[in-house]
Amino acid sequence: MPAFLDISRLTIAFPRSPVPVLSDVELAIEKGEFVAVIGHSGCGKSTMLNVVAGLLEPTLGGVVLDGREISGPGPDRAVVFQNHSLLPWLTCYENIKLAVDQTLRGSMSRKERHEWILHNLALVRMTHAKDKRPHEISGGMKQRIGIGRALAMKPKVLLMDEPFGALDALTRAHLQDQVMQIHAELGMTTMMITHDVDEAVLLSDRIVMLTNGPNAHVGEILHVDLPRPRDRLALANDPRFINARAAVLEFLHARHANPALEAA
Amino acid sequence: MNVQAKPVAAPAAVSTPGQGAKRPVPVIPQDSRLRKIAAEVLPPLLILAVLLAVWEFAGRQPGATLPAPSQVWTQSYDLIVNPFYDNGGLDKGLFWHLSASLTRVFMGFSIAAVVGIATGLLIGTSTFAMRGLDPIFQVLRTIPPLAWLPLSLAAFREAQPSAIFVIFITSVWPIIINTSVGVRNVPQDYRNVAAVIRLRGPAYFLKVVLPAAAPYIFTGLRIGIGLSWLAIIAAEMLIGGVGIGFFVWDAWNSSNLTDIIVALVYVGLVGFALDRLVALVGRLVTRGTMAN
Ligand SMILES: Nc1ncnc2c1ncn2[C@@H]1O[C@H](COP(=O)(O)OP(=O)(O)O)[C@@H](O)[C@H]1O
Ligand SMILES: [Mg+2]
Repeated sequence: MPAFLDISRLTIAFPRSPVPVLSDVELAIEKGEFVAVIGHSGCGKSTMLNVVAGLLEPTLGGVVLDGREISGPGPDRAVVFQNHSLLPWLTCYENIKLAVDQTLRGSMSRKERHEWILHNLALVRMTHAKDKRPHEISGGMKQRIGIGRALAMKPKVLLMDEPFGALDALTRAHLQDQVMQIHAELGMTTMMITHDVDEAVLLSDRIVMLTNGPNAHVGEILHVDLPRPRDRLALANDPRFINARAAVLEFLHARHANPALEAA
Repeated sequence: MNVQAKPVAAPAAVSTPGQGAKRPVPVIPQDSRLRKIAAEVLPPLLILAVLLAVWEFAGRQPGATLPAPSQVWTQSYDLIVNPFYDNGGLDKGLFWHLSASLTRVFMGFSIAAVVGIATGLLIGTSTFAMRGLDPIFQVLRTIPPLAWLPLSLAAFREAQPSAIFVIFITSVWPIIINTSVGVRNVPQDYRNVAAVIRLRGPAYFLKVVLPAAAPYIFTGLRIGIGLSWLAIIAAEMLIGGVGIGFFVWDAWNSSNLTDIIVALVYVGLVGFALDRLVALVGRLVTRGTMAN
């Protein structure tokens, strides 16, 4: 039986480039699992996520979600983009409403949808700013609305492309804690792209490490056997956390050092 | 043990100033509003006064061909203080001339806005329309407004529609071009969001493309209204009838230089007001969220 989200023999070559960015990527994600994908910049992480999102067609191979091969984008695979991608002319509430109206119109009444939007605003702790426009709130808040919007679509899998990459360290830590809480509450299947080793270890059940591109593939998968709920302060001195961190660092910097830095 | 519940004791050495006793709120001296306004208004007034003085000096030299400001004031006094008189025919106050010109601009520009935005949306969305129409537009838009006038008079056989057509044809190009650029430049982020929630067709167009292109559209409209105002003055000089353009021409024919100067001041002020008006509407419609 295939896994809940099954990426098999995925190969992606962009036109006019002889070598594929990713080749033969294999990854099976179970329902409710939180998987982080890590790798050096430019190795093809976003490309991989975009294929799962359906925004990009694979050259070879395919992705099966919940028993069905995906084709094209859809709300069952909600995406949290790196640069929030909120529509600036809509308020926070309206940004979520646009997605909710579009995806849940058939299954919820207008009143239910309104309640659902408010529920998701509360989930990401943004009720207070529901009538603000994106330019009036901070980067971390925008990203929270982005997460709220994605979750409001009731997706089968949540895809996040370096969701906290553009945030300062304190805000990032705060949002990581929130995502952990929401995951504990909802148990959503999540694939998160990151280049932050601590973030990967703290949040995920498994860490998928990609080799350097071109022709990148899954080099190693690390199980993070830390009990949940996880607390960043307590984990800082936990040998299991330190070992996991060391393993990822070793993969990234010893065995698959950044080619761009090597050349420099 | 639940590590999350463990309280983190604050180090004793850290003091927390201002928590016990009420800390006085420092009063930050603020510039009075009056001073701010003065800072905005005084420099242009000052420069204006200097320019008027230079002009007055130059106009009083023997052999000066143009009247000095003081002459404008005395000779065109009636025109300046009474813009609303109406003695029938073309002998009206400047208000009537300006409103006739503005009516033409309003009509021509409204048609240009509707046609321009619609065409721009089409060009922006359809590659075929873009390939076919863009080169033609690029040539047509370089034709000076007045060059259209003879053809327009021949086609409409009347002054009023001809003038309106000239306004239309002058202002429609920047509107078309800016709108289509706006549509083409809908950020990939927004397209991705729409794709993920499967927003397509007219709903996508209305909810994503149009708002995303709105700032571009208003840039086009603003350029368009400026060009309209430039074109109408020139067109009216040739066409005649009530209108500020013909007023200037008429004054020239009767060697009324001071009237011309008064009229030009009004033309400048109205053009400025039109530009600001479109900018203001644009700000309101795009709710101050240009691009980001
Ligand atoms: N649309 C595209 N066309 C051609 N090459 C692309 C395109 N998008 C990405 N690439 C290339 O694919 C590689 C992987 O990109 P990306 O997936 O964005 O990397 P990452 O997210 O891991 O930093 C990069 O070398 C990039 O130059
Ligand atoms: Mg990326």
